[in-house]
Amino acid sequence: MTDKNQTLTQALANPTRFMAFSAWLLPIVAVLAAVVLAIAVYMGLNSPVDYQQGHTVKIMYLHVPAAWLAMGVYVAVAISSFGLLVFRHPLADVSAKAAVPLGAAFTFIALVTGSLWGKPMWGAYWVWDARLTSVLLLFFLYLGLMALRSSIEDETEAAKLTAVLALVGVALLPVIKFSVEWWNTLHQPSTRMTSTMHPSFRYPLLVHALGFSLLFLAMHLKAMRNEILRRRVRALEMVAANRPTSDAAVLAPRTEGAS
Amino acid sequence: MFDFGPHAPFIWACYAVVVAVHAALIVWLLQDGRRQARRIADLEARGIRRRSASS
Repeated sequence: MTDKNQTLTQALANPTRFMAFSAWLLPIVAVLAAVVLAIAVYMGLNSPVDYQQGHTVKIMYLHVPAAWLAMGVYVAVAISSFGLLVFRHPLADVSAKAAVPLGAAFTFIALVTGSLWGKPMWGAYWVWDARLTSVLLLFFLYLGLMALRSSIEDETEAAKLTAVLALVGVALLPVIKFSVEWWNTLHQPSTRMTSTMHPSFRYPLLVHALGFSLLFLAMHLKAMRNEILRRRVRALEMVAANRPTSDAAVLAPRTEGAS
Repeated sequence: MFDFGPHAPFIWACYAVVVAVHAALIVWLLQDGRRQARRIADLEARGIRRRSASS
């Protein structure tokens, strides 16, 4: 198979090629994210006041994109895990491992901003309704993925087991999505991808969502690059440890000091 | 533009949380990247190369 016949995924399967490609792409995405988020914040702060919620509608511009990304990042983790278990794609585990803390952060933001929105609107920071509880479970699932990986010393084994747990956890996504329809919840039902919203609220929300998505992409690329470098460090340390010279003896304490 | 009425503390708290979490993530990612690059440079300075790089 020639290079011309390769898909982008196949072409980037080589970590060295991915590092070169991401070094070019990362600054572009980061600058784009900053510009779009600056526009989003300006639009959000200047958006009209809702007739029922007043100014608290501005919280929606932060809460909803974070909630979308909480689920979207999990889909990315699940696809990466599938890619590891089925196709043994070299970067699949790197992608999954890099995305999990970011997904946990977006879920945390969704929970906290939702709580801060709930107090003035519902009179309570927290209620155990189906939507809130299922998103809290998603947050715990992210933490569980990180804990499981760090608790297993063998990296290959850790990657496989984490991928299996990530795929099992996909069952939570439809529960989150349809919780507002299956159960009687205090949380409002879906806005059908904002189609039921007035454009004066919809556009700031969509620009925020684009900005958050670009920011996630930039952070994910950076986290993947860091993980590839971490694996190179480990490979180099293995080379040093297997050397017949005294490198291995002097390497360990100096490396620890450098980290 | 910045007069958000009686619920202003809730709105500003949301912005503060979003900025703080994203700032923490960005700082962590940048520091981690620098740390890994430093470790590789340190190892390579001692003449340790990956097998694929040396062949």
